[in-house]
Amino acid sequence: MSTTRNIPDRLRSPLERNLKSWETLLLLVAIGIFVANSFASPYFLDAWNLSDATFNFTEKAMIAFAMALLIISGEIDLSVAAIIALASTAMGAAAQVGVGTEGLVLIGLSVGLACGAFNGLLVTGLGLPSIVVTIGTMSLFRGISFIILGDQAYRGYPSDFAYFGQGYVWWVISFEFVLFALIAVIYAVLLHLTNFGRAVYAIGNNATGALFSGIRVGRVKFILFLLTGLMSGVAAICLTSRLGSTRPSIATGWELEIVTMVVLGGVNILGGSGSIPGVVIAAFVMGLVTFGLGLLNVPGIVMSIVIGALLIGVIALPRLWQMWRH
Amino acid sequence: MKRRTFTSLVAGLSIAAGMMGSTAMAQDNMRIALVVKALGIGFFEAAAEGAEEAAAELGGVEIIYTGPTDTTAEGQIEVINSLIAQRVDAIAISANDPDAVVPALKRAMDRGITVISWDSGVSEEGRQMHLNPSSTPLIGNTILKLAADHMPDGGDVAILSASATATNQNAWIAAAEEALPNYSGVNLVATVYGDDLSDKSYREAQGLMASHPNLKAIIAPTTVGILAACQAVTDSGKIGEINVTGLGLPSEMAGCVDSGATESFAIWNPIDLGYSATMIAHSLATGTAAGPGAEIPMGRMGSVTLDDTGTAAMADPFTYDSSNIDQFKSIF
Repeated sequence: MSTTRNIPDRLRSPLERNLKSWETLLLLVAIGIFVANSFASPYFLDAWNLSDATFNFTEKAMIAFAMALLIISGEIDLSVAAIIALASTAMGAAAQVGVGTEGLVLIGLSVGLACGAFNGLLVTGLGLPSIVVTIGTMSLFRGISFIILGDQAYRGYPSDFAYFGQGYVWWVISFEFVLFALIAVIYAVLLHLTNFGRAVYAIGNNATGALFSGIRVGRVKFILFLLTGLMSGVAAICLTSRLGSTRPSIATGWELEIVTMVVLGGVNILGGSGSIPGVVIAAFVMGLVTFGLGLLNVPGIVMSIVIGALLIGVIALPRLWQMWRH
Repeated sequence: MKRRTFTSLVAGLSIAAGMMGSTAMAQDNMRIALVVKALGIGFFEAAAEGAEEAAAELGGVEIIYTGPTDTTAEGQIEVINSLIAQRVDAIAISANDPDAVVPALKRAMDRGITVISWDSGVSEEGRQMHLNPSSTPLIGNTILKLAADHMPDGGDVAILSASATATNQNAWIAAAEEALPNYSGVNLVATVYGDDLSDKSYREAQGLMASHPNLKAIIAPTTVGILAACQAVTDSGKIGEINVTGLGLPSEMAGCVDSGATESFAIWNPIDLGYSATMIAHSLATGTAAGPGAEIPMGRMGSVTLDDTGTAAMADPFTYDSSNIDQFKSIF
């Protein structure tokens, strides 16, 4: 007994692995926030209020899923909020000349895709660093909106266009929430169950290795930029529909909130690891925290501090745990 | 070890919950939310002060002073959603975007919340009424009166405006010209445009002094122009000869009032505005009907009558001079 060395004959059991995962920790945090909110405000546990609260994160989360894949592959897109502005401006301009709802949706998605393709071409075609490219296109896309609109606003969208951001599928379940859930499932399948998803992880861990293993790195990355642009277009449709108007300042500052959501969801900012369920839970955590604090009329600046502390806390906790064990 | 972490996590959360729970408020008060463009702006802090004054006067009213961190419509919508969830009795908002907040405010009204806008308005379908700080005729008359008050024998005045296409300024100047016959002996000799640029406004003011030697007053209905004109008068040593007046911000104009280049100037008073908005919100929430022609009381500020678009003007712009500038210069 005393002379034998303890060599593990198997990996950690699936149950143990799940219990110790990031997602479990995050889920506990989410449940904790939910419980704390129910105690803190008598208005929290109300179906309509909770439904309203989901609007705080659904649009951002749609982009966060695509952003998660992009960050796992080792790239980033900071122009997403600016793409929303440009797509929304294009839809607004089209609505002025009488384009119908189907046309507006098509335009929103196309502008998103085109912006994503532009980012993707600069990054994969010219080999430029994505953070620099997308900081540039962030100013470019929003700048175009400002040139077109100035201090004016587009309104007068068709009345059925309002359904995307203000409609309910069943009782308190909003269209946006259903779309959010659907997109989450699609991205979870794409990342976790397909060859494409494995390629994304491989590129994030070792792009050169992935290239020599026969993965078409450039093409995968280009598709990821396309997807991020497309999701920005989807979010632009939802947000424009919810606001019922477009100004060039629409969705200002969302890029950092989206990246925060992705990182809080356990995606390694340096690439290589992360999961969609983590991002889903992170979206709920951020939505619940902002809504819960809002119910207590906590000033917005304090909310930002809480979100920041939460991000640092959740990231530092596993590291502290490791240091404590050794 | 796992259990210890879990226990401490639960303990921590219950402490947090307990702390949050203790802040739950009394439910009997009428709760009026004053939603501003962004927190941390002196003008709105002053408005909140006025709202508290109204609440104290009314009794049984709780003011929720809130707003987003940045001046964004999305931020205001999140704030509105949380106010709807709390079932506040009334929302009085200075909107970052007249259109984008409409769907959220409509929902608030659907759920029985009184909604008014003040300062920066909301489109008609998103509120029950809008309170403007002042109206075009009131402003036009006031800027002229400020000049006339310090010219007992009459004389020449000139207007230094923003750009020739500025909608607000043109309307005010037209109103001032209309009021001109009421002030005998006052001649309007010129209207020039400084485009709201400091250096251009400064040169235009110099030009006015050169071409009109008998000029007694420069009226600048723009915060940029009034400051530049004050500077031009000071630099040419004509303090006491030419009075600079118009619309300005107390924080910027304090120096001019101290030096005597400006006897008095006007701008809306944010304290009165917050006070009136609260009074109106309270009145509508307790059953007063809003609609074209409706007369709504607002405490010490008198009452307002709504026009066809459900809009009303609070009062004459508030006049600032050496007696009150020190009190207001730190506010906005």
